[in-house]
Amino acid sequence: MTSTADRLVEFDDVLTRYEPVIGLETHVELGTASKMFCGCATTFGAEPNTHTCPVCLGMPGSLPVANAAAVEATIKIGLALGCRIANWSRFARKNYFYPDIPKGFQTSQYDEPLCVAGHLDVEVDGTTHRVEIERVHLEEDTGKNLHVGGATGRIHGADHSLIDFNRAGIPLVEIVTRPVPGAGRLAPEVARAYVTELREIVQALGVSDVRMEQGSLRCDVNISLNPVGDLEWGTRTETKNVNSLRSVERAVRFEMRRQAAVLDGGGRIVQETRHFHEDTGSTSSGRSKEEATDYRYFPEPDLVPLAPDAEWIEKLRAELPELPAARRTRLQQEWGISGTEMTWLANAGALGLVEQTVAAGATPGDARKWWLGDLARRANEAGTELAELSITPAQVAELVRLVNEGTINDGLARQVLDGVLAGQGDPAQVVEAQGLAVMGESDELVAAVEAAIAGAPDVIAKVKAGKVQALGALVGAVMKTTRGKADAPTVKRMLEERVLGS
Amino acid sequence: MTGTSSDLTRADVAELSRLLGSGEVSAVEVTRAHLDRIAADDGRLGAYLHVEDDAALAAAAAVDQARATGAELGPLAGVPLALKDLVVTEGVPTTSGSKILEGWRPPYSATVATRLAEAGTVLLGKTNMDEFAMGSSTENSAYQVTRNPWDAERIPGGSSGGSSAAVAGHLAPWSIGTDTGGSIRQPAALTGLVGHKPTYGSVSRYGLIAFSSSLDQAGPMARTVLDAAVMHEVIGGHDPRDSTSIDTPLARLADAAREGAAGDLRGVRVGVVRELGGEGHAEGYEPGVLARTREAIEVLAGLGAEVTEVSCPSFDLALPAYYLIAPSEASSNLARYEGVRFGLRAGDDGSRDLDEVMAITREQGFGPEVKRRIILGTYALSSGYYEAYYGQAQKVRTLITRDFSAAFAGVDVLVSPTTPTVAFPIGTRVDDPISMYAADLCTLPASLAGLPAISVPSGLSEGLPVGLQVMAPALADDRCYRVAAALEAAQDAARGHRLLDELGTPAGAA
Ligand SMILES: [Zn+2]
Repeated sequence: MTSTADRLVEFDDVLTRYEPVIGLETHVELGTASKMFCGCATTFGAEPNTHTCPVCLGMPGSLPVANAAAVEATIKIGLALGCRIANWSRFARKNYFYPDIPKGFQTSQYDEPLCVAGHLDVEVDGTTHRVEIERVHLEEDTGKNLHVGGATGRIHGADHSLIDFNRAGIPLVEIVTRPVPGAGRLAPEVARAYVTELREIVQALGVSDVRMEQGSLRCDVNISLNPVGDLEWGTRTETKNVNSLRSVERAVRFEMRRQAAVLDGGGRIVQETRHFHEDTGSTSSGRSKEEATDYRYFPEPDLVPLAPDAEWIEKLRAELPELPAARRTRLQQEWGISGTEMTWLANAGALGLVEQTVAAGATPGDARKWWLGDLARRANEAGTELAELSITPAQVAELVRLVNEGTINDGLARQVLDGVLAGQGDPAQVVEAQGLAVMGESDELVAAVEAAIAGAPDVIAKVKAGKVQALGALVGAVMKTTRGKADAPTVKRMLEERVLGS
Repeated sequence: MTGTSSDLTRADVAELSRLLGSGEVSAVEVTRAHLDRIAADDGRLGAYLHVEDDAALAAAAAVDQARATGAELGPLAGVPLALKDLVVTEGVPTTSGSKILEGWRPPYSATVATRLAEAGTVLLGKTNMDEFAMGSSTENSAYQVTRNPWDAERIPGGSSGGSSAAVAGHLAPWSIGTDTGGSIRQPAALTGLVGHKPTYGSVSRYGLIAFSSSLDQAGPMARTVLDAAVMHEVIGGHDPRDSTSIDTPLARLADAAREGAAGDLRGVRVGVVRELGGEGHAEGYEPGVLARTREAIEVLAGLGAEVTEVSCPSFDLALPAYYLIAPSEASSNLARYEGVRFGLRAGDDGSRDLDEVMAITREQGFGPEVKRRIILGTYALSSGYYEAYYGQAQKVRTLITRDFSAAFAGVDVLVSPTTPTVAFPIGTRVDDPISMYAADLCTLPASLAGLPAISVPSGLSEGLPVGLQVMAPALADDRCYRVAAALEAAQDAARGHRLLDELGTPAGAA
């Protein structure tokens, strides 16, 4: 592992000398009921090797039959990305030896993919970046290796390996961008925004659950640097299996910093695949592409070519649901927010959450405030995605309602959030269980106010001399003794009544 | 019971079907007669890699029992058969002639095996073959040499040589073979049998261990044209498990065979392919083979067929194109044999890593011809060479298909010798791949174009069988059967018996 030894250039410094070019290859596991070329179920998390048959185990003599639902889903993705759908497309064999590919080749597509030449516009910091889509093609997933023993979980150093073929043959759509130059310092954010937007599109199409943590959306990130002003792009590295939106951004940032250090030192970038490490946010060298396998692609003779007819394609196009960009435009108007605010929401992965929170009764403003504020901060601290937090939009809406009704204040609301996230129930239950409701003018509060007055004669003297702002310190003291449960304006009024007699 | 067990093993399927249906013999008797014959004579012929013995008798007994209870049985119930060892059979050893699959008992059955079992046939066993069907003499089997029943010092053809030896040697009434570049037709020709390679896509490939996916087809090997047509009707037709399977009804094949046997070929236009043994293209063809071919064509003309000569210039390119396409596909099809999930695993002693174990397994598990073709195919597909080799070969394939289309614009069927020579002596070509490959010269064009082609006996040369090949347009398999049956009937009548009857029962066999 070389990651700890890598020298890194400060990110801002990288941009003074180099321009990045990024590219993304995204794999989406389709949510079809059966596998790509056989009838086996695709359910996630089943006992190893229970969803297998002679076809997906590559038994001698078995033959594939293409899953029509997977072809349809791929065409939908292509249409949503503005691609041209090929009227003639073929599967191809990608030949290489690895125990997780049962046939000794992966059935994929090569020079005749289903969809080509699309684009996806993403917005970062108020500017639109067009990401050109080179191709969208259909292939089968590999099995899953579990390397037992050894330190890294990788094959080298392991004592033995186990293979689960449940995943082998699950339909996989690969979406490949053309190289994206010109993003400059925004390259990490553009990469993240692209994957975010792509994920939302696939989600809107309903063809995959796109759960990065379960591997149903996986990303390979290509990065190269070239000296500012150079027309020729640099040698790229391909960082494999970057499996969260945040990691996409971190991987780009890390590779830019690492490559800049190599180039600064007079070195050259090796064209290679690199592994991303979630824990450190760094990458380490994998296998070198320069000694890479020759995949010996050729058209798959066991499958007939795909020739989707124009009428079917137009029918699928007409049936496409509202896509995320159109939805954002609509919601932006409905919620009366700016384009920039909408972009923040989308890039934070909060759009659907806010929409559902609004649907559950919160105002758009309140919903945005909580999701982009406290919840975003907590997700960031936990290194996870907003949607992965254990709180539902309905719970956030309830929290908002409790605040608006005056049952709790913002400070208490944050404690309620802690309780909800810790699995203590809905906000109202947490308020009840922990006694977090705002105090009325109870005896307890009167006692706390009077204790504060008695304990600070010097402050009282100042206030009486006309320095009314000094009361602020006493408000703070009362809030502290009540552990935030008091309502600050009420406390201030009570203090004024008692000190100024008004 | 009307016959001895020797009669039962010499009967064709039509006769066995009649005897079984009328109750004159039981399925157990028929099966036992064949098992006895195998026990007596297969030590000499080496046709079988695996014999079902008790399982076959049990299956036959079940047929007899069903018949005894009055169940409605199909015409083939109780008829035994042999399957080439690349037809996957659930629970029955299936090796494809390779050590790398030694001991493998498949968890499923090929569609052709299932259809034959559903028709009530009884599996006698699995027949020897060139390893992964790569060869023309069955000498490339990893297990044993198979001998030609006509002359035990000669090869029975290949790759379906175990099947041809079994059927010609009366160790099975018929058999399933597979044909990639001629592996049904060539062994059928060299042993005096009828062998038909169906239109590509008209018989399911599901469960046939793949050699070259775009060429492989299973088909019948039988003693008569009618038997072959009957078997073809059982195994043919659409199969949703094979996406290259054609979804149209089969032509009426047995009817075509009966029609041909009636002996009237008036209105049938027969084209003789000049490039396959004709003028200026006779080099490498034995005079006896050419003479039998000429005589057979004269017989067809005598039955009323209009005979013309046809030129198909691209056929000269068939051999090099085939030896790029088939090895290319094979190099990929055979990648799955690496010792991880089934079959042989060698060198896994705990000291070696995965790549080494895979390499040692393949080194030990594959024979020299298989390795030669994997290397050839790997090279032909490699980046930078693909267009020059695999790409060019596919273009040749298109040219050959065009030659056929042009020819079939003027004739109904094309004919040629099935092979340039009669069966050659064991050991004479095995070290010379190019001369071995030449055995498939005549059969390769129809394979590359995916067209149906049959081999039917045309007589003997130097005491050994010669075959006539009849080729037809895609899905017109019925034309092959009709013309072949006409030749068969006319020659049998002239001769007074079947060609195969000239092959006596060897001494010592029952
Ligand atoms: Zn399966």
